[in-house]
Amino acid sequence: MEKETCTFSYCERPEVIEHETDFLILGGGMAACGAVYEAVRWATPKGLRVTMVDKAATDRSGAVAQGLSAINTYMGGNKVEDYVKYVRTDLMGIIREDLVFDLGRHVDNSVHLFEEWGLPIWKKGDDGFSLDGHQAKDAGKPFLKNIADNAEREKLVVRSGKWQVMINGESYKAIVAEAAKKALEYNKKATGVDQNHFERVFIIKPLMDANTPNRIAGAVGFSVRENKVYVFKAKAILDSMGGAVNVFRPRSSGEGMGRAWFPVWNSGSGYYFGLQAGAEMTLMENRFVPMRFKDGYGPVGAWFLFFKAKALNAMGEDPAEKYGDAVERDYPGYGKAMGTCLRNHVSMISMRLGEGPIKMQTHTAMDAMGKGFKEKLGDKVGAKKLKHLEAEAWEDFLDMTIAQAGMWAASDIEPDKEPSELLPSEPYLLGSHAGCAGFWVSGPGDIQGAPKEWSWGYNRMSTVNGLFMAGDVVGASGHKFSSGSHAEGRIAGKNAIAFILDNTNYKPALKNKVDELVAEMYLPYEIYEKYKNYTTSGTFSPNDPRNISPHYIKPDMYQKRLMKIMDEYVGGIATWYVTSKTMIEEGLKKLKVLEEDGARLAAANLHELLRCWENYHRVWAAETHARHILFRQESRYPGYYYRADFPKIDDKDWKCFTNSRYNAETGQWEFKKVPYVQLFS
Amino acid sequence: MPSFVITEKCDGCKAQDKTACQYICPHDLMALDREKMKAYNQEPDQCWECYNCVKICPVQAVEIRGYADYVPMGASVIPLRGTDSVMWTIQFRNGTIKRFKFPIRTTPEGSIDPYAGQPEPDYSRIKQPGYYNYEARKE
Repeated sequence: MEKETCTFSYCERPEVIEHETDFLILGGGMAACGAVYEAVRWATPKGLRVTMVDKAATDRSGAVAQGLSAINTYMGGNKVEDYVKYVRTDLMGIIREDLVFDLGRHVDNSVHLFEEWGLPIWKKGDDGFSLDGHQAKDAGKPFLKNIADNAEREKLVVRSGKWQVMINGESYKAIVAEAAKKALEYNKKATGVDQNHFERVFIIKPLMDANTPNRIAGAVGFSVRENKVYVFKAKAILDSMGGAVNVFRPRSSGEGMGRAWFPVWNSGSGYYFGLQAGAEMTLMENRFVPMRFKDGYGPVGAWFLFFKAKALNAMGEDPAEKYGDAVERDYPGYGKAMGTCLRNHVSMISMRLGEGPIKMQTHTAMDAMGKGFKEKLGDKVGAKKLKHLEAEAWEDFLDMTIAQAGMWAASDIEPDKEPSELLPSEPYLLGSHAGCAGFWVSGPGDIQGAPKEWSWGYNRMSTVNGLFMAGDVVGASGHKFSSGSHAEGRIAGKNAIAFILDNTNYKPALKNKVDELVAEMYLPYEIYEKYKNYTTSGTFSPNDPRNISPHYIKPDMYQKRLMKIMDEYVGGIATWYVTSKTMIEEGLKKLKVLEEDGARLAAANLHELLRCWENYHRVWAAETHARHILFRQESRYPGYYYRADFPKIDDKDWKCFTNSRYNAETGQWEFKKVPYVQLFS
Repeated sequence: MPSFVITEKCDGCKAQDKTACQYICPHDLMALDREKMKAYNQEPDQCWECYNCVKICPVQAVEIRGYADYVPMGASVIPLRGTDSVMWTIQFRNGTIKRFKFPIRTTPEGSIDPYAGQPEPDYSRIKQPGYYNYEARKE
């Protein structure tokens, strides 16, 4: 097809706003808010400006926008070293132990701040039963930060699993955002800038320095509310724009497409930004396939860990018990302590043999707990405790996946009366939850045994000078969750300020011409305006299913094309997560054409322009994922994906990091193996 | 479960400086029809059902209807978010009603003073582990 260009012959030229700052934070989620909080404290006395750019409203942006019912990473009385071992087991033996240890030794301070700011954290009452955040306050239970000893803290928190603490987290993000916004306000007043918090501005790409190779100098984006384009210049930039959701065809194909397990707005923009800057990536073949309550994707963690419920197949058998030996036989060394992917794997064995559906036995778990309460406390008090337990079960959903509560209500399911079905979902790309797909970043440099190549001066800096990473986009370091993402944002924020202070003479100069960037961003607008009258239905919004044109592709169809390719060729639900060299190669051909067709995306308004660029970012995140699976010639994560041509785990050749780099100037991908080094045995 | 807006209740936030649901939606779904001064969800199949539009609406005009491609009809889950707690009313398809109240915050909204009582940064330690206010755990 003929190449289209935007000359503003059809659409209106936007106003261009240039904004120069010192430290630019991209994203608004937990990692970004952590970065703001820490960086502002170091930056402000030195007169350095900190700016945050969020595509949504920071009070409710990022993966915690809906709330959470637990903080999944809190060391308390546990050893940080044991946290490293747990993450390693869960992620099939290959993690950056320096990064994970570093995270573990910092994370508790963020949790203590959350509590001080107002997050209700459950505490153990004197009778050994749990108190919610208000009851704990009324009972005079101290703040965790006011307890000197980790062992004493451990006695006070309510654990669901070894690393999780229960919270009343409906307002978790609003609280963390309030602290970040106040910090930004403090920096703004001290430095005298007009604005340092931009909401509803979507970043489309990185801008490189004109004079220094491999040095980031800025970012460009547009307002989703006004006809304005923003060109940011900065001395250091943090990419904390989240993982990638809806790159694979989801199990729901109608309205339910929005009910993704991870936030539907995570559009792979964090991956796109770093890879276009030329930053090295690692373990992008990794993905997360959560086994969750079917359709609503309600969390299962509390049910397994806190309520001690079992997931059984239709024969009443626990697939982990029935097929555990098969795991050890097929994947020697990995069957004893199974990572999350292998727990998926045993359930899938059972389902493929026709033993489904698998159901969480919520009713028997609650019955057993109720009996225990009554034996311990007598019928009356025991019944009261059971009532409290029922509320806790519902709160688990209402704090973080309200859709699941709605699903239960609509299906007349009361968890204390009947079990609920589980199913493994479509795949997700992320680095903060039980996945580790992301960028290769500098470690702290002080962890004994870590190779010196793992640290290049500034903790959490990518291989691009001045470009830092935090949260979902940091690779080989999963299981950070909300608190860990905040903690990692703080580490990155502090180090970014150190980097700026070491390079005070640096002045960002952009390689790109601003006019060209503006035209590139607004191309979908120009295309729509140019062709909308060509067909009788062209003047409907591109979101309208009746709109059809041979001249452009609509953002939602573009996304559906991506999801179909990934599903069928790169191991989605259609093939029970199975793929191979030849299938991926076929898929990559289709992805290339899809990427080309990205230049024919059309938007009738700013909302659709946002969708065009989000989906274009998704395509690149997806391609990176496909290329990494192709490079790794083994099945490292059974239950997340299977290479049918290399069905085994091959520790001899592939117990290593797989690193890649995209060269935006040549369009070439480079791949290499990087040795894995175990630091904690 | 996409959000929907009840025509009779929505006033387009005409008394406010911005439309609350449009301001808060993390996925930019809520739009305002300026002629009718009514808000609506412009892309229901992209709704995560995070309920932020429901919770923020000053006139309780926004509710959620289960995703039509898998949720049976007839149930509702409705929050009433206050300053320190949230009350949920869950109505089952069969008419059963459950009500729960949970804490959301232990401090007044807007009361956070992020650096109050915290130490000044020590620049000699900027490249070492730890935060401005916290020494990393050693073990």
